[in-house]
Amino acid sequence: MATWIRNGRLADTITGVFEEKDLIIEGKRIEKIIPRGQFSEGGESLDIIEADGMLVLPGLIDMHVHLREPGEEYKETIQTGCLAAVAGGFTAVACMPNTIPPNDCRSVTEFILEQAMRAGLARVYPIAAITMGRKGTVMAEFGDLKAAGAVGLSDDGSPVADSGIMRCALEYSRYYDLKVISHCEDLRLSEGGVMHEGEISTRIGLPGIPSAAEEVMVHRDICLSELTGCPVHIAHVSSAGSVELIRRAKDKGLPVTAETTPHYLTLDHSSVIGYDTSAKVNPPLRTREDVEAVRKGLAEGVIDVIVTDHAPHSSLEKELEFDKAASGMIGLQSALPLVLSLVDEGCLSLSRAVQKMTIAPARVLGVEGGHLREGSPADVTIVDTDARYVFSRDMILSKSRNTPFLGREMKGIAHLTMIGGRVVWQRKASHPGS
Amino acid sequence: MNFLSQKDLLGMGQLSRETINLILDTAESFKEVSSRDIKKVPTLRGKSVINFFYEPSTRTRTSFEVAAKRLSADTVSLSVSTSSMVKGETLIDTAKNLQAMNPDIIVIRHSSTGAPHLIARHVRAGIVNAGDGINEHPSQALLDLFTIREKKGRIDGLKIAIIGDISHSRVARSDIIGFRKMGAEVTISGPPTMIPSRAETLGVTVTCDPRDAVRDKDVIIVLRIQLERQGKSLFPSLREYASYFGINNDVLAYAPKDAIIMHPGPINRGVELSSEVADGPRSMILDQVANGVAVRMAILYLLIGGLRVGNVD
Repeated sequence: MATWIRNGRLADTITGVFEEKDLIIEGKRIEKIIPRGQFSEGGESLDIIEADGMLVLPGLIDMHVHLREPGEEYKETIQTGCLAAVAGGFTAVACMPNTIPPNDCRSVTEFILEQAMRAGLARVYPIAAITMGRKGTVMAEFGDLKAAGAVGLSDDGSPVADSGIMRCALEYSRYYDLKVISHCEDLRLSEGGVMHEGEISTRIGLPGIPSAAEEVMVHRDICLSELTGCPVHIAHVSSAGSVELIRRAKDKGLPVTAETTPHYLTLDHSSVIGYDTSAKVNPPLRTREDVEAVRKGLAEGVIDVIVTDHAPHSSLEKELEFDKAASGMIGLQSALPLVLSLVDEGCLSLSRAVQKMTIAPARVLGVEGGHLREGSPADVTIVDTDARYVFSRDMILSKSRNTPFLGREMKGIAHLTMIGGRVVWQRKASHPGS
Repeated sequence: MNFLSQKDLLGMGQLSRETINLILDTAESFKEVSSRDIKKVPTLRGKSVINFFYEPSTRTRTSFEVAAKRLSADTVSLSVSTSSMVKGETLIDTAKNLQAMNPDIIVIRHSSTGAPHLIARHVRAGIVNAGDGINEHPSQALLDLFTIREKKGRIDGLKIAIIGDISHSRVARSDIIGFRKMGAEVTISGPPTMIPSRAETLGVTVTCDPRDAVRDKDVIIVLRIQLERQGKSLFPSLREYASYFGINNDVLAYAPKDAIIMHPGPINRGVELSSEVADGPRSMILDQVANGVAVRMAILYLLIGGLRVGNVD
């Protein structure tokens, strides 16, 4: 049986235009894309999805999440993380390897894919570790990991401090066409710090992490990319200096790509005042000037991708003294409205914003999807951009609720999420915003 | 009688100029109690104060304990080794358990910035911050203000230098806020590695040269120096610190004759302060300790009084 998504505004993420077109989905793929009003029902029965007044987007792709399984299932499981993902409009997520045990071998990658299959929600793309145990000393078995289904490599959370190993990893990974995603942090420079070093840290008496702790490593990785000619992807860019370094690298024509998150585009270090651990994140929330620079970098294409860095933590890790609390915040269900609000504010165009959550991450990781074409997988997100609601605890489908955005007025929500022609999420009538 | 209109004393930032004056005036009337033959008044009879120290402290803990006892409150003091923290209990759980015993005030010292603020959100008792991480130590700032007012007759318009590891000093942070609020000009000084990021945003003048720092000053506050902070050395050696940043008579030659010297203790003799200065006629270090008891009596009295008369929401 076919499905007809009609009367919506369809995003073409390759050309960057929105068109009044309908989608005909047959099985797992997009059968036809036709101008509105030109489709006439044949004899066969047809499921109709009404998208009048809404955006029809390729399924959103989040290339940076933490699903906590295996090992920390009390914070999140692949099932709950994927449920939060589809409710947030994401049809695919790439999960970081800092699990327990870490994803540094074939069996863990296979386990993650099995659990994802069982959940039957979002597509899950495992990112494997660069080094064994994420310890920064011995490279993991990239060939085996790729064969098992890993789509990229990262020691996220614990950067590869040894530049020699990082060079080898860049060179060796290219043979397997696996992108290296670098968490840029000089651990000796950030040591002891718990928030951005600046006016606020001085005022409220918390040890600071200077922007330079991120920037020296961004610079190193750019140098290594230049040395080896190998691509590198810079994770969660938070500082104006990093944006500038990446801009110069791109101007030189180096194969460097970068991502940032809605929180670095929205919040600054003043969110930490009152010692609110939900605003503790690594890299830390920085200054208003940094927020502006990251926004500008995003709009100008210096930053290619928007990710969530969805990092669930339970109250055990968060209801603590600020310096003892874990870093990270969840983001799968708040990313879309936060990005739409940036569009409303005029920071970047809607089509650019959509590209950075669809085609751009698909290209960086080299995975399917990210655009709507006849014959491509029917991964579709229908967005109600007018829905207004307050982001509340009871909306959260993740197992953890660590987010500084609770209570925030939001506009825009995923109305329906379809993966491979199957509807995996539909906003209920009782749901906020409907 | 006025009391405090807040449940907790977490930092100098939350006190108005009027409130600070109220605390100092109240302390003045309590100071006399300590000089009596029978050093006790019945003001807080039947009230209980828990001193909860997650970090080693002799002076502050004893001072709060003596202050509470002179007001006839019942006191219990817990330190790290006797508390449940070593058994893995979270701070919030420990605080809730203490609350279950219904104390009026919990005085807390903790190595984490914001720990008293966290507890204050979870208990009904008034919380007094006796030092949190590198953030604040408001009772020290109040006793410093009291001592300065006592010796100089005023605070408004005075020039005050604070010298040492400003970055890691909760005394410096509270002092700066308190002194600025009461109208004093503040200069901070120390090795460049010990001056906080964007220090000028605190409304202070920064100079690294101690001779420059003490020039024209009415009050010179010297802070305790530690060679290592989180395994990092912020200066090469104690010897070098003493030679180039220590306060001795040579440096004091640049200060006005009537400048007073203060130090929150404990002193590293021969490092940040030479013995001749520590024991000299300008040193007010022991006056600070004596005044600390009176100021802490005032803090406990005004907070409990506020809780009792329902000044607090």
